[in-house]
Amino acid sequence: MNELIRLLSYMIGIAAFLGLNLAYLGWVERKGAGHFQRRTGPKEVGPYGLLQPLADGLKLMSKQLIIPANADKALYMCAPILIMVPAVLLFVAIPFGEHLVPREFNFGLIMMFAFASVGGLSILIGGWGSGNKYSLIAGARAVSQNVAYEIPMLLTAINIVMITGSMDLNEIIRQQGSYFWNWNIFRLDKSVLMPVSFLVFFICSLAETNRTPFDMGECEGELVAGYHTEYGGMGFGLFMMAEYANLVIGCSLTTILFLGGWQSPIGIWPGPHWFLLKMYFLVWCFVWIRWTYPRTTFWGLLNLSWKYLIPFSLVNLLLTALFIKVF
Amino acid sequence: MSSLAQSHLRETFELNIGPQHPATHGVLRIKVVMDGEYIDRAEPILGYIHRMHEKMGENRTWNQFWPNMGRLDYLSAIAYNHCYAGLVERAMEIVVPERAEYIRVITAELNRIQSHLLGFGAYIMDLGGFTPLMYAMDEREQILDLLESVTGSRLTYCYFRFGGVYNDIDDDFITGTRAFIKRFRPQIPIYHKLVTGNVILMDRLIGVGPVSAEMCRKYGATGPVLRGSGVNYDIRRNEPYSVYPELDFDIPVYKECDSMARYMVRMDEMVQSCRIIEQALDKLPEGPVMAEKVPKALKPPKGDFHFAVEAARGTFSMRTVSDGTNTSYRMRLRSPTYSNVSLFEEASRGMLLSDALAFLGSLDPVIPEMDR
Amino acid sequence: MSGYFTDIITGLKSLAVGLQITNKEFLTKPITLQYPHEAVKMTPRYRGHIELIKDPETGMNKCISCGMCEKGCPSGCITVKSEKRPGVKGKVLTAYILNFTTCSLCGQCVENCKPGAIGFSNEYNLASTRREDYIFDLLRKLHPEGIPEPEVDPELLKKELEKQEAAKQAAAAKKEPAKKAPAAEGGELKAEEKS
Repeated sequence: MNELIRLLSYMIGIAAFLGLNLAYLGWVERKGAGHFQRRTGPKEVGPYGLLQPLADGLKLMSKQLIIPANADKALYMCAPILIMVPAVLLFVAIPFGEHLVPREFNFGLIMMFAFASVGGLSILIGGWGSGNKYSLIAGARAVSQNVAYEIPMLLTAINIVMITGSMDLNEIIRQQGSYFWNWNIFRLDKSVLMPVSFLVFFICSLAETNRTPFDMGECEGELVAGYHTEYGGMGFGLFMMAEYANLVIGCSLTTILFLGGWQSPIGIWPGPHWFLLKMYFLVWCFVWIRWTYPRTTFWGLLNLSWKYLIPFSLVNLLLTALFIKVF
Repeated sequence: MSSLAQSHLRETFELNIGPQHPATHGVLRIKVVMDGEYIDRAEPILGYIHRMHEKMGENRTWNQFWPNMGRLDYLSAIAYNHCYAGLVERAMEIVVPERAEYIRVITAELNRIQSHLLGFGAYIMDLGGFTPLMYAMDEREQILDLLESVTGSRLTYCYFRFGGVYNDIDDDFITGTRAFIKRFRPQIPIYHKLVTGNVILMDRLIGVGPVSAEMCRKYGATGPVLRGSGVNYDIRRNEPYSVYPELDFDIPVYKECDSMARYMVRMDEMVQSCRIIEQALDKLPEGPVMAEKVPKALKPPKGDFHFAVEAARGTFSMRTVSDGTNTSYRMRLRSPTYSNVSLFEEASRGMLLSDALAFLGSLDPVIPEMDR
Repeated sequence: MSGYFTDIITGLKSLAVGLQITNKEFLTKPITLQYPHEAVKMTPRYRGHIELIKDPETGMNKCISCGMCEKGCPSGCITVKSEKRPGVKGKVLTAYILNFTTCSLCGQCVENCKPGAIGFSNEYNLASTRREDYIFDLLRKLHPEGIPEPEVDPELLKKELEKQEAAKQAAAAKKEPAKKAPAAEGGELKAEEKS
């Protein structure tokens, strides 16, 4: 019975956290974009435009759902739902605090990667099901991009697993100690390339969440709006929300693996606030990057992956193995 | 191209880019036959915003054709004003006062900076970077304010008149322009740092969309496209008009023939335009801004007249056949984008879709001017 | 191989420089002018739609209804309506219709206007969902509270009446054998419309 109440309250908690994030990260992005561009961003609806997400949501919900004549109806309808499912599901495994974790898995890391891959699939389904050539190209791009980026991402994650000896996310955090030099990003005693490894992981999560400069699936300059060209109303809204959910998950994972999760950088008051602080800092970096750089091409993306990220993560893997064996 | 492309397994599909597409800067439509992500054949289809400007020139009086000059290339309308003024002045042998000529050059160069700024911003937006557009818009807005204070309009200028300009410039405009240039100069290195030096952008532009000088000659491409292919050709130098011969400026030429070269030509031209404006402001003589005795009802003598200017996108020239009446017998407008875009078909063969759109952006097309 | 690493380093450096610049812009104040809340300062030379200029002496317009603006307009968007009134010199403007939907603000009308009766307004807040809202009667715009009647010059009126009378008498004299001349119609002239 207690377990049931616990799960229920976590469910509500996750739903609330997710809802708040999805709504307000959109606001943060728009406000941030505004200030990066010498503008103010949304400011009309509510103080500082704080009610803008509500207005947007209302507008999206009140729109008619139009299914294009060419679309494969079943696929078209299920893609936005399918992209939301893993995005919500993954929050189950994220340890926000030492005891604030909905469900501790032994294989949390594997679960994360397994479900994150579904996102790419739903983009493909959406692109294919729309019956639009632009969407189709975008879907194909998104998939090959995800495939290319999961390799260095996994290689980097294997690193962490080798250092920690566990795939439990909470265990990975616990082992990172309570000062910032104990975080995995600075564990030079395990491998001198750890900061590089962090960078690789960060870039991969940028690509994994389809954010600029790797938004090949969307790229409005070429493919109109990419895989969600044909979506309107809440279908589009779900894609948008999934993007932010993935953003939160990607940043959480980076925080967990490299930045010590809920551990305090200065040794006092470890707790969820540190986790949120680090995570939102990374989210902010994502926003910052998005409004600074142009988009790469498809080839530039694959080049980066195969010429730089994969060799580096492989070298890092070897180094880590060596360090663990020698020291 | 992939080996698949040559085999019998080759499967192509058609893709309509435009007429309403974010990358085509208007209503250009490009019918592309794609082989996967590669372009097999691209065919620009023009005419979606054709408004018969040439025909309008033939059934309106000479004065009534003025507003059309602001609506061809809405980004560098003053150069078009300049061309029409020059054409009729050449036909009527009107001598324009010195001050008016200087004012014409100053406004035309301000307009060129404005056009290149928007071209720069929109180009980077095509490539996915939204922020530089907003910075460029900020600077551009100041130019528009300056031009508004003298011409009265912000975009579709109808400022020049046969024999001079509509309004004299005042001290506010002169100090404002000087202040703007002082402010604008240090911005260009910032753009270069933010955009040009960016490794992602370099990756997208360098070596993309090669256009040889030979190809430019074949299609009649002019402007930054031609100068990005290593040909030093600029009407302001090669066929000087107005007071350009008295001003000292360089023509930026790049030999790389790629999108980066065309982009750099535009960036450097902004610096040169700043130089021109400063010199023109220094040399600005006193005097009237309208020639005396320009008849209201214009009737140029019989004959065949031609005038060319360097607009922001290349050579714009007008040719008219006058039969001595108050309308032109034949009005011909040669617009630069039309030629520049027509080389897209040949140059984009075998290109990746994303490269092709980067290439199209580097041609900086303005569709209303192309369709006329 | 060394090129490989220098490429990475210069690449990362260029990316960092970009981030620095946007960050700097983030920290500076936005430059947006909050338009509906703040008024845009218009330059005096701004060319809005044309308007009739009030003559400060008479409080009337200066239009002489010559129709030069109509003729000069490239898009034919001006219609001048005027009539002859007794006792008033020249024609009296009754309506000055500007079809702003086709106006291209070129200024040919303003330049063609000899008495300087029209000029550009500074109005930029024009928005409507109906086409008819852009067909302005500039005369009514000039006098929103009602179009004042032009002053009647009694001497001119007298002269005109005399002239009219004379003309009538002359006509009557011609028609004398047939019929008696009808009485003068109270000195009123029939409105003569010019479109």
